[in-house]
Amino acid sequence: MNIVVCIKQVPDTNDVKIDPQTNTLIRSGVPSIINPFDENAIEEGLRIKEKLGGTVTVVSMGPPQVESCLRDALSLGVDDVILVTDRAFAGADTLATSYTLGKTIEKYVSNCDLIIFGKQAIDGDTAQVGPGVAEYLGIPQMIYVTKVEEITPEKIVVKRELEEGYEIVESKLPAAITVLKGINTVRFPSLKGKMKAKSATIKIVTAKDIEADENRIGLKGSPTWVSKIFTPPVKGNRQIIKDEDGSGVKAIISKLKELQVI
Amino acid sequence: MSKQILILKDKCKGCNLCVKACSFGAISVVEKIAVIDAAKCSYCGACEPACKFKAIEIKVDDIDRSSFSAYKGLWVYGENRDGVLAEVVYELVGEGRKLADKLKVELSVVIIGDKTQNLADDLFSYGVDNVYYIENKLLKDYDTNSYTKILEEAIEAHKPEIVLFGATSEGRSVAPRLAARVKTGLTADCTALDITADGDLAQTRPAFGGNIMATILCRTRPQLSTVRPHVMQKAAKLAKKGKKIELKSTIVEKDVVTKVLEFIKETRENVNLTESDIIIGAGRGVGSEENLKLIHQLAEKLGGVVGASRACVDAGWIDHFHQVGQTGKTVHPKIYIACGISGAIQHLAGMSSSDIIIAINKDADAPIFNVADLGIVGDVFTIIPALLKSL
Ligand SMILES: Cc1cc2nc3c(=O)[nH]c(=O)nc-3n(C[C@H](O)[C@H](O)[C@H](O)COP(=O)(O)OP(=O)(O)OC[C@H]3O[C@@H](n4cnc5c(N)ncnc54)[C@H](O)[C@@H]3O)c2cc1C
Ligand SMILES: Nc1ncnc2c1ncn2[C@@H]1O[C@H](COP(=O)(O)O)[C@@H](O)[C@H]1O
Repeated sequence: MNIVVCIKQVPDTNDVKIDPQTNTLIRSGVPSIINPFDENAIEEGLRIKEKLGGTVTVVSMGPPQVESCLRDALSLGVDDVILVTDRAFAGADTLATSYTLGKTIEKYVSNCDLIIFGKQAIDGDTAQVGPGVAEYLGIPQMIYVTKVEEITPEKIVVKRELEEGYEIVESKLPAAITVLKGINTVRFPSLKGKMKAKSATIKIVTAKDIEADENRIGLKGSPTWVSKIFTPPVKGNRQIIKDEDGSGVKAIISKLKELQVI
Repeated sequence: MSKQILILKDKCKGCNLCVKACSFGAISVVEKIAVIDAAKCSYCGACEPACKFKAIEIKVDDIDRSSFSAYKGLWVYGENRDGVLAEVVYELVGEGRKLADKLKVELSVVIIGDKTQNLADDLFSYGVDNVYYIENKLLKDYDTNSYTKILEEAIEAHKPEIVLFGATSEGRSVAPRLAARVKTGLTADCTALDITADGDLAQTRPAFGGNIMATILCRTRPQLSTVRPHVMQKAAKLAKKGKKIELKSTIVEKDVVTKVLEFIKETRENVNLTESDIIIGAGRGVGSEENLKLIHQLAEKLGGVVGASRACVDAGWIDHFHQVGQTGKTVHPKIYIACGISGAIQHLAGMSSSDIIIAINKDADAPIFNVADLGIVGDVFTIIPALLKSL
């Protein structure tokens, strides 16, 4: 089983603070991490490989700093990593990103059976890249997977989350899935893994290497663009009270009455 | 399109104002000159007005609109299961009607499934002009490939300028697949839509956990968006007649590439958070699994469901299914009652768009109070039992 896991480096939102004066995000000095959902994607890839044999290749597109995340992935025990980086990729939206990742997988991972993505990247929360790559490669996709029920070299059966419950879905391989946090508990890197990761050379792939159409990558290949950024208006009418002699309960009751809940 | 951002070196004083204005951390000052990291820059334009020395210039090439006139009309994706439309469809129809009126175009709904014919009349009574439908037993369950193929063929034949999807499990699966197939843009999880003076769809959505809002435009047609459920107002009833149009499609059995083996509906206790009007959120402040019973009781009394912070889930007091936030679910109930939740940015990301937020926390400085409509500085162990008694 040849498995590809796509991971994205994102700012650690835990350390993102709001500047109370300007109401903007203070991001200087914010460390970067592997997108939390993608950690579960790597873990799931490793678990499937441990069961069925094969390889796990991790692919990430981003600036050269992404290398640190790829080393982290290596320390967890993945076989191979590919860093897709080029100034020409800058400004890519999900369509251009999907094209770039799709091209890379097509060219550098032969006989790929399964591609695993995180549910969404926490910086943009779009959840669009997984289906976009699956479309580029023309393979089936199943999103919001909470459990791989069954996997053989020919097919996969997954449990995926819906608004009103779950669905058990079967697909032939190759296929792509996007995974939720609850799918597994991620492992810690081993000492041996860390040593290996430290000395490994990271494969770097550029726009030329993947023979990318320059009109489909980076800013040029991105149909969507941010026209404005603003801070959301603060709610008016906020009422904060200190609970004394049951004043808290009284306030809640009258609010619930006002809202006609009780 | 190409956008360019330039720092005019003779004007830049290296004052750092633009660095502070940038939400993406893309600007740094190197040897007293601002430098933009193209990999991080989103060309949002926040730095341009922030510069007092007019040293930043953003150049936007005009969008090539020559092909746009071929596209006309606004479509809503008619998500349905077993012949019943999803709630979000009525919300999209409500919003879609307003946008279509601004553009002076028709509003249509596209329905794919095995029981679709009878849904049209109901939709007409909500102000829909046209219903495009396809009814085929192969289409009983949602399958990305075949559904995408039908939408692609329909778009090719009828050329809508806008297609709106609910940001549901199904909408967020089919919309990106379709966008990639027809090579157009898609904006995820929008919370506000409008039409610009140029007639473009202005799609506003939260970014960075709702701390900032971004308005996104698309330079290709059709313009696609997924829209967060429970945000737009449901359509009003109108007595109206519309047109029913059957979609021609070439789909055959082999286009259906995934098979739904089973559908498991959630039971009341585990009821899905995203649909609930009332959510009682439990945080680390609740203290233990045992104490969580209080929260469950409160939820039951108010007819709501229990949500939880990650701290609560990580402690093993409740299943991950209940987690609200950036790595859990995004919820938008009418009322969210946060009990012993500090209000970390990742938690707020999942619940700050609730209509009314009530927060109970011992710590008067807890950030949850910044988003609360009603904040009670107090102990959950005195307030909740007293509340349960008086309900
Ligand atoms: C990448 C990433 C993703 C994350 N995703 C999520 C997510 O999806 N959802 C999420 O919730 N978190 C998420 N987190 C975690 C988040 O940063 C916070 O750690 C978490 O939300 C804190 O949960 P809490 O408010 O319950 O706990 P705490 O921060 O410990 O707050 C407990 C609060 O309870 C109050 N309290 C204590 N005792 C009482 C009492 N008796 N009465 C009243 N109040 C009391 C305290 O004053 C305190 O404010 C994520 C973190 C990271 C790094
Ligand atoms: N630049 C990237 N490089 C590799 N994988 C990515 C990249 N962007 C997104 N992904 C993958 O796609 C998933 C969804 O991302 P998004 O559509 O940005 O929310 C992530 O969880 C990753 O698995």
